[in-house]
Amino acid sequence: MAVGKEIRTKIASIKNTQKITRAMEMVAASKMRKTKDRMQATRPYSIKIGKIIKHLAQANPEYKHPYLIVRDVKRVGIILVSSDRGLCGGLNSNLFRKTLSQLIEWDKANVAVDVCTIGSKASGFFSNLKVNLVGQVSKLGDAPRLQDIAGVIKIMLDAYEAGSIDELYVVSNEFVNTMTQRPIIEQLLPVVACELDETLNGHWDYIYEPDAKDVLDHLLNRFIESKVYQGLVENNACEQSARMVAMKSASDNAGNLISELQLIYNKARQAAITQEISEIVAGAAAV
Amino acid sequence: MTMTVHVDIVSAEKEIFSGLAEMIFAPGELGELGISPRHAPLITKLNPGEVRVKVSENESYAFYISGGILEVQPHLVTILADTAIRAKDIDEALALDSKAKAEDALADKSGKIDYATAQAELAQAVMQLRTLDRLRKRGG
Repeated sequence: MAVGKEIRTKIASIKNTQKITRAMEMVAASKMRKTKDRMQATRPYSIKIGKIIKHLAQANPEYKHPYLIVRDVKRVGIILVSSDRGLCGGLNSNLFRKTLSQLIEWDKANVAVDVCTIGSKASGFFSNLKVNLVGQVSKLGDAPRLQDIAGVIKIMLDAYEAGSIDELYVVSNEFVNTMTQRPIIEQLLPVVACELDETLNGHWDYIYEPDAKDVLDHLLNRFIESKVYQGLVENNACEQSARMVAMKSASDNAGNLISELQLIYNKARQAAITQEISEIVAGAAAV
Repeated sequence: MTMTVHVDIVSAEKEIFSGLAEMIFAPGELGELGISPRHAPLITKLNPGEVRVKVSENESYAFYISGGILEVQPHLVTILADTAIRAKDIDEALALDSKAKAEDALADKSGKIDYATAQAELAQAVMQLRTLDRLRKRGG
């Protein structure tokens, strides 16, 4: 029967799409668990290093590190963390929208911007814009290593030390829960002074080996790296959960569409049958 | 009852060890360090090598680290371990690499193993082997 052939092919194609989105949803769900674990695994390091920096701020180092000194802002650097792949709802576009509004604000204040991007979506986004892209790294996979992003961080730190940028920010998604991800812009440099720990009062200082400058240099470098790394790992968890949610709603939508089309198809089929019968009856009556 | 001190060993990617210990041995940059409880506050960089945590008279753990930072407070020892060898020239190479990628953001460049990376990887492998060897000797 020739009735509703278009509708049937349409239904078949939507069913195929639904199979794909459902598979992607399940893959994202299992990856999300792993990336969330990874995100939690990075927490102890950043907590510890934060504590040591707090201790250092309380000790009395005779040497003031440039990362701790606030300067007039003429040029800022941002490290933008995005995902490598799409199909994850509004995750990246929300991030880029937030970045853009911040860029416009800086533009109004006559502050120039240098950008480093992590993830191919961000570099794709910025290659269409007229910004100064100084570093880029992508295709890090689900288990990124710290040394993968050390390059872009070094570019920014060198620029900061050379005085060509006066502030450094990292832009990434914060994992609130599976349903919610929030784009945030966090200041890395100069390191914001943190509140003091009451348990360590009095006049004291560390024994520095080999010397304060060396150790502080190293420590602050690692601090910045761990911050960016955490942003990256957190963004990964966001990506997977956003994808899971997006794919789930896509599968649901496909299901709705199929049932609607099925209804239309059934009605058309029934109408065709009714018409045929009435034609036969009318023909018989005429004889 | 012997005195103990709380030890945390963490790397950027995961937590490695957390617990009480009688003594900690670490490869400091200016020489091997042994930290007992109530050591004076100290902060130092670590060389690649083996960190040993003596939990009790006949129980100790050993970890291989590729460098890092050791912080000592009288009742708390923290080791921030690096997960990979991070020599200055490698960082430089990484920086140059991502710069090159930025200049040519759309073209896909295949990575080449350069001399500095290979050398550092070799050094790391040698250190890991040495740690393993020592562990084996102690075990057997």
